[in-house]
Amino acid sequence: MLKIPRNYDPSLHPFELSREYTRALNATKLERVFAKPFLSSLDGHRDGVNCLAKHTRSLSTLLSGSCDGVVKVWNLTKRECVRTLQAHEGFVRGMVVRYCGSSFFTIGDDKTIKQWNMEAPGYGEEEEPLNTILGKTVFTGLDHHQKKGVFATCGQQVDIWDEQRSTPIRSFSWGVDSFSSVRFNPVETELLGSCASDRSIVLYDMRESTPLKKVIMTMRTNTLCWNPMEAYFFTCANEDYNLYTYDMRYLEKPCKVHMDHVSAVLDVDYSPTGLEFVSASFDKTVRIFPKDAGHSREVYHTKRMQHVICIKWSADNKYILSGSDEMNIRLWKANAAEKLGVLAPREREAVNYSQKLKEKFQHYPQIKRIARHRHLPKNIYHQRNELRVMKEARRRKETNVRKHSKPGSVPVVSEKEKHVVSVVD
Amino acid sequence: MAKVSKKKGNKNVKKVVMSVEERPPVNEEEEEEAGMAGAEGDIGSSGEDEGEDERKRQKLLQAISALGGKRKKALGERSEAAVDMSEFSVNPEDGPGKVQLSDLMGTLEKTPAVPAKTRKLLENLQRNKKTVDSPLSKQETERIQRGMAFQKAASEVSRWDSVITQNQRAEQLLFPLNQEPAGPRPIERLVAGWKAQTPLEQEVFALLSANKQPFTDPILTPAEEASVKAMSLEEAKIRRAELQKARALQSYYEAKARREKKIKSKKYHKVQNKVKRKGLLKHIEQMIKTDPAAAMQELNKMELARMQERMSLKHQNSSKWAKSKAIMAKYDEEARKAMQQQLEMNRELTQKLVTSLNEEEEEEEEGAAGEADVLPDFVNDAVDGPPNPWMKGKLTEEPTKEQANDAAPEAASVSAAAAEEEEEEWAADKTEEEALLREFDCRRKRHQAQESDTAGSIFQEEMTEAAAEDSGASDCDEEARSEFRSISRGGEEGFKATEAVNCADRTDESAQLEERLIRIRTVEDLECLPHEPSAQPRDPPTTKAQPSEEKRVGKSKKKKGIELKEVLTKNTNIIKVPLAPIGTDSEDPEAKVDQKGLIKEAFAGDDVISDFLKDKRRQEDEGKPKVIDLTLPGWGEWGGLGLKPPKRKRRKVRSAPPPPRKDQRLPTVIISEKKNASISLHQVHSLPFPFENHAQFESCFRSPLGRTWNTERTVKKVTKPRVVTQMGAIIDPMAEEELLRNKDAVARETSSVNSKKKRQPLPITMFFSRKKAHLHRGL
Repeated sequence: MLKIPRNYDPSLHPFELSREYTRALNATKLERVFAKPFLSSLDGHRDGVNCLAKHTRSLSTLLSGSCDGVVKVWNLTKRECVRTLQAHEGFVRGMVVRYCGSSFFTIGDDKTIKQWNMEAPGYGEEEEPLNTILGKTVFTGLDHHQKKGVFATCGQQVDIWDEQRSTPIRSFSWGVDSFSSVRFNPVETELLGSCASDRSIVLYDMRESTPLKKVIMTMRTNTLCWNPMEAYFFTCANEDYNLYTYDMRYLEKPCKVHMDHVSAVLDVDYSPTGLEFVSASFDKTVRIFPKDAGHSREVYHTKRMQHVICIKWSADNKYILSGSDEMNIRLWKANAAEKLGVLAPREREAVNYSQKLKEKFQHYPQIKRIARHRHLPKNIYHQRNELRVMKEARRRKETNVRKHSKPGSVPVVSEKEKHVVSVVD
Repeated sequence: MAKVSKKKGNKNVKKVVMSVEERPPVNEEEEEEAGMAGAEGDIGSSGEDEGEDERKRQKLLQAISALGGKRKKALGERSEAAVDMSEFSVNPEDGPGKVQLSDLMGTLEKTPAVPAKTRKLLENLQRNKKTVDSPLSKQETERIQRGMAFQKAASEVSRWDSVITQNQRAEQLLFPLNQEPAGPRPIERLVAGWKAQTPLEQEVFALLSANKQPFTDPILTPAEEASVKAMSLEEAKIRRAELQKARALQSYYEAKARREKKIKSKKYHKVQNKVKRKGLLKHIEQMIKTDPAAAMQELNKMELARMQERMSLKHQNSSKWAKSKAIMAKYDEEARKAMQQQLEMNRELTQKLVTSLNEEEEEEEEGAAGEADVLPDFVNDAVDGPPNPWMKGKLTEEPTKEQANDAAPEAASVSAAAAEEEEEEWAADKTEEEALLREFDCRRKRHQAQESDTAGSIFQEEMTEAAAEDSGASDCDEEARSEFRSISRGGEEGFKATEAVNCADRTDESAQLEERLIRIRTVEDLECLPHEPSAQPRDPPTTKAQPSEEKRVGKSKKKKGIELKEVLTKNTNIIKVPLAPIGTDSEDPEAKVDQKGLIKEAFAGDDVISDFLKDKRRQEDEGKPKVIDLTLPGWGEWGGLGLKPPKRKRRKVRSAPPPPRKDQRLPTVIISEKKNASISLHQVHSLPFPFENHAQFESCFRSPLGRTWNTERTVKKVTKPRVVTQMGAIIDPMAEEELLRNKDAVARETSSVNSKKKRQPLPITMFFSRKKAHLHRGL
């Protein structure tokens, strides 16, 4: 390479702003043109995919459990199923891989917890669980501790199990009869959160004998997910089409309300960097939200994808996996326009530069317009418009009521406060 | 009531029984107390005699039953704790293993060791009829427990505050967090679990084991490993950078010295030497204060030089060269000068350094006398009398100055001052470099001595500061950018739940996706995207708020238009304000008149309206089409002075008149038609959310990012992505170690700040060192 002497005299390179603007505009357009997030679909299940589990040590392994009790292990690089086992009778309700990656646990509608070896049995050997625990009631949620041989299940109560024992080492119940999901905090590993059917979110400490606190919301929360980089934030997927990010220390009101879905949100998973999360909804879309933004930055949908039941963000922050009603698992890119594979240094520099340009000119109307454009299926589009109209009408009515009543009698309630009924300690 | 009390008493007694069984003699007092309390009930009345009787009776019974057979006795002695402890069923009075209060009291009475005080206390307790508070309800206790547990968990979680805020503010985040340090890994980690298999390998291992060389154990001894671990990668990097810098500076300095050494000019070296000496003198004064030992050495050295000079009189005109010069001096200006210089040197050398004034004077006189003896007259002509201060200073300056110095001492003094300054600069340059090297040296020593990380951090601090200075041109825009970043992040940081509602709504709107039914497949599709309404300049929200107000405004406008027309028909000296405040003028006419009068008074001097009219005319003229002469004189014709092109070739182009101006019929208005609608489509019309004012927003666009305008380094720095992930690496959740690392970092920062404070006395050297670093990087 020859060293070329450059003259950076600004008079020799005029119109810098306009030139960069043009570049930014072109970069934005290209980004939209190259935004092809859908990579592939993994088919093979004979019933809706009810749960997904990431392998903790291998990026290319994915586990999925379906509504007919079948668990499949997938190789994502080859995009094929490598192992199929009939784990339960009825639904596979939950699945989690042990922190070391050597085995995984499943729970099902048949009131059992089963531990399976990650490696497939040899030829001629039968597929048998390493361990089976028979519970008294149906389990609905399962999660494993980050570093210890301890896992948690939920059903009628939240149970903490030692892997070596057949009875729970601790059970928490607090006046509710069913929980839908339980999750360990990945940072403060002794803390747990669970969603109950009485519209509440309950927090626990594994070391304490009692739950910590609970917040009751206006509608039921389906699942929650802790931020893997920020110990006290968690996001929960609610039936009222919204997601709420809470600081666990201040449950009185969520620190962010994320709206955009037009139907109940069924699952949520954080990106491993903790900066974004992805949500799966009953409205047949997958949306990606920055952790501190009120609206999504991306919406994924395909013609054939039905209600998305479970969603996972891959551990290398590159892919998103969604399992849906119509028996398919879909693999998406986390950044729709990103080029996959190794980038040459110059390529990388160009990408970085265009990224910065887009950031710099993001407020310019043309750029904003193009960058924000997304295609939506017709029904979702209309539903969204309808919701918008409804919301506006409600707002207008409220302001009218306020206008015509005694000052102070109709207080302004912020969107954040609106959805919390009470905090119980 | 009696029944209840009885029950209570029984219960108490049973408790006593339990406690006795569990921990017999540990704290008798408590048991006794309990027993006393129990005695309030039914047994209170029973004396100790009765108790004894009871026991005797039991013994008798036992003896009788023992006579009957073994089995019965065994049955009698059997007791179940559960029955004893049950709080629901009352035991039969003759239950087994019952301890009566009287037993306890009896022993108390008997033993003389029990002090009267305790006895009194017990009696008091007996009399006291207060009962213990009933325990809280289960729900209540659980709530308290939960509260406690939550407090604990919340405080535990709050440890992460600093890490989280730091990550939110960070310019760049690298994932996975705990990346393996790059570089070669120790061999023993690579070959762990590897065994010698081939005969050759076995042979080698046999040899190794024979010589007691470690091959299965770690190759490094524990001590070595500890020393490797002692310095973290970052520290080592900092250290290395420091050493590199020191080395570079050293080589730079050496090269400079070599270059200087090569210079053949004697004059230059003389100046150098003199400067050095002077610098040293100055330095010594400082050194006496700071480092007396070193100063003493320097002084000794100088003293030695003086002695040598006095002994040898090398610079007196006794040498061969001097004598020859003395002969030449009569005719040669140069020779004379040389002699003078030599004498000057002598004087300088023989001068005593730290002496009283008298001595100095004496010596000077002496020196002068000596010179007078030896020197020829013409030399003395120039030197005349006492040693000339100007001669002492800058003999090597231009001769004109020297000639002038007798005649005009004032001018000379000025120039001398300038010269002195120059000299000082030289000295400063020298000393600065030396100081720098010295500093490095001592730092290195310090490192070797204690291996403290503080020094490294100081240096890092310096380096970063130097880097900050270095960036120079791109600095300001960098600042602006960071400001913007902080602002935008500040906007995002509103996680603490204090944001105003409408504010949040605004951000949400700005962030919302523009979801439509159109699919984008090509760039052409993008062009077809419908333009959003928000691209047009938004009306301020107040305009549509109150229709009644609008009406009023319209009215007043109308009224004013009429007024102004009147104004324009009148002579221009009568002044009315074209834009009076709208809100007030229709309210009460008297006030208006007052206001007008006031304004008239205030603007009596300047002729606003004629100015305005002029301005308008000028703008109109500018808009009018201009006649352009396109004739080319001499083209196809004869050229020359006084020749006019023929009429047919006179081509004047007059472009078509533009459409009538919009303000044609509005005498009081100028409507500029320069505005281009197509450009406005690309312009930002309202201030975007995180910004607070226009200046802030504009500062983001002050500097370009591309490599057309910036150096490679700057481009790299400016386009650094915020999140960097490794391909195919699993990003684990944040672990406890991150907390510790963060703590370390914070501690290091604070310590570096402290040490910086400590280093205050040497700010100049620091400055120079930074400057040097900058210079070096420039090279």
